[in-house]
Amino acid sequence: MKKFQLLLVAIISISLITSCGNSGKKQNSEKKAKALTGAGATFPQPFYNTIFKTYTKSKGLLVTYGGIGSGGGIRSLKDKIVDFGATDAFLSDKKLADMPGNVLHIPSCLGAVVAAYNLPGKPELKFTPELMEGIFMGKITKWNDAKIAKINPDAKLPDLAITVVYRSDGSGTTFIFSDYMSKVSSEWKEKIGAGKALQWPVGIAAKGNPGVAGTISSTKGAIGYIGSEYAFAQGIPIASIQNQAGNFIKPSVQSVSAAAAGDIPNDTRVTLTNTTAVDGYPISSFTWLIVYKEQSYNGRSKDQAEQTKLLLKWVLGQEAQSKTSKVHYAPLPEKAVVKAHKILDLMTYDGRGL
Amino acid sequence: MMAVGILATLIVGSIPTFKEFGFGFIFSSDWNPTEGRESYGALPFIIGTIATSILALAFTFPFAFSIALFLGEYYKKGRMSSILKSMIDLLAGIPSVVYGLWGFYTIKPIIVELGLNAQGFGIFTSAFVLAIMIIPYASSISAEVINMVPSNLKEAAYSLGATRFEVVKNVIIPNAGSGIFAGFILAFGRAIGETMAVTMLIGNSNKIPTNLFDLGNTMASLIANQFGEAEGLKYTSLVAMGLLLFVITGILNLIGKMVMRKFTA
Repeated sequence: MKKFQLLLVAIISISLITSCGNSGKKQNSEKKAKALTGAGATFPQPFYNTIFKTYTKSKGLLVTYGGIGSGGGIRSLKDKIVDFGATDAFLSDKKLADMPGNVLHIPSCLGAVVAAYNLPGKPELKFTPELMEGIFMGKITKWNDAKIAKINPDAKLPDLAITVVYRSDGSGTTFIFSDYMSKVSSEWKEKIGAGKALQWPVGIAAKGNPGVAGTISSTKGAIGYIGSEYAFAQGIPIASIQNQAGNFIKPSVQSVSAAAAGDIPNDTRVTLTNTTAVDGYPISSFTWLIVYKEQSYNGRSKDQAEQTKLLLKWVLGQEAQSKTSKVHYAPLPEKAVVKAHKILDLMTYDGRGL
Repeated sequence: MMAVGILATLIVGSIPTFKEFGFGFIFSSDWNPTEGRESYGALPFIIGTIATSILALAFTFPFAFSIALFLGEYYKKGRMSSILKSMIDLLAGIPSVVYGLWGFYTIKPIIVELGLNAQGFGIFTSAFVLAIMIIPYASSISAEVINMVPSNLKEAAYSLGATRFEVVKNVIIPNAGSGIFAGFILAFGRAIGETMAVTMLIGNSNKIPTNLFDLGNTMASLIANQFGEAEGLKYTSLVAMGLLLFVITGILNLIGKMVMRKFTA
């Protein structure tokens, strides 16, 4: 008998718990947002880490960001497990069509991919697009090659083999770099192409921006491409690159901002590489936060959606944008901010504007 | 049961790749993930995996075997052997990423210094670090079985006037052979599956290595590197790579079992 009573109590309590769960579900849309989660590109991660920390401190809402790579960010958004994704390569029309809902691109800042090298004496080097093609395709194999010396008459070039270092994992940084290379070199476009992972003719590979930076700084004669922040942080020398106008440009806040001087389409999906701007650094790019246009998915509450929009608005604002240069990124130009705000206004919850 | 489940998911996941490339996937040396000209082949990675593991096993054999003899036969007890034993056990406890770091900052510069390879990365470097990683796996099982060789057999040999070396050669090795072999197969399996330390040291070049000091890549390292951004055909190709790795390990185990049966019979 006692056993029976115990069983009865158990059944009742279980049914009570489940009914509570049900009523909880109904009220889900009223629930307050506790935290926002995002995931994606590692290229802008130092910037996101800084600003999201500030946001969490000042607004009291926890924002977490996982640097899992641009592709991972897109997949996380596709699986609807994050509030926003982040990517360095905008979604192509085909990929947009593959997503379960309309996806909006909101540019968050500008970054540069730099050609960083390790040479004794740290000479300052200048590269033309032809030199870049020659070095990264393995046609120029020695640092004291006459072609490099011709462009850099003042630099002391050692008799050292060139070791190209590239990313072993798929990466938005690789996409930006190869997009540039495909624009300036027809041979590159034909043989290698642009993408997040490539078939490299020469060189060694390391994982992640930090991995490439570490391999460059520990290998004499190495050259590789990394997000600018990683080169500055480790004090690795960076080359000036000749842009379309013929000027040799060092990556800096000004030269990267200048690269975005041209026209920007309304959805901001544009590559800035090989810019026509006279003082623009040629391997610059926007990096984007991506969200669903329709914010009511996967049982998200309206507050969650509103908080997501507030966060994105704040990222575009003065406070966050002024932090870009501290971590060697560049703020968005005014035009881009205006367009981004217009894109944010498209966000809806259950079909109604937020 | 778990193994069957894993095998089933791997097979289902890799169907699109085998549909696209057929068995050419295994023999093709092309790994081109660029959109529009995708083509995937596993050969460079199969060769890289087997080359690093066999080389590591070759490096580890003299050390692991002598350690096993020392602990299992010569000094079974005493402070010296217990210190050695705990040090070997400690080797097994070090995370592989730490081995990778050590290889990156200590072994790599030495290799460059010796002029074996311009950058210090490659098959040789990773095999060397792998060899140290797998010593405990090979040595502790071997020591155990050497210890288990019946002492009356050994005493009989001694009483016939055999030297210590002759006892090791004629009594211990024939008796403990299959167990020692099993230990080395286990170590080999560990070397094949190792990911992190190899990724940090092998250079991750997706081409067939032409010599011992050349750059290369292994299956496990490739999967770990490229999984994050993979989609579509690349994703299924990586799953297919996982399936191949599974099959290779299975074949190895089978060979191990067959050899052991031959030894004992």
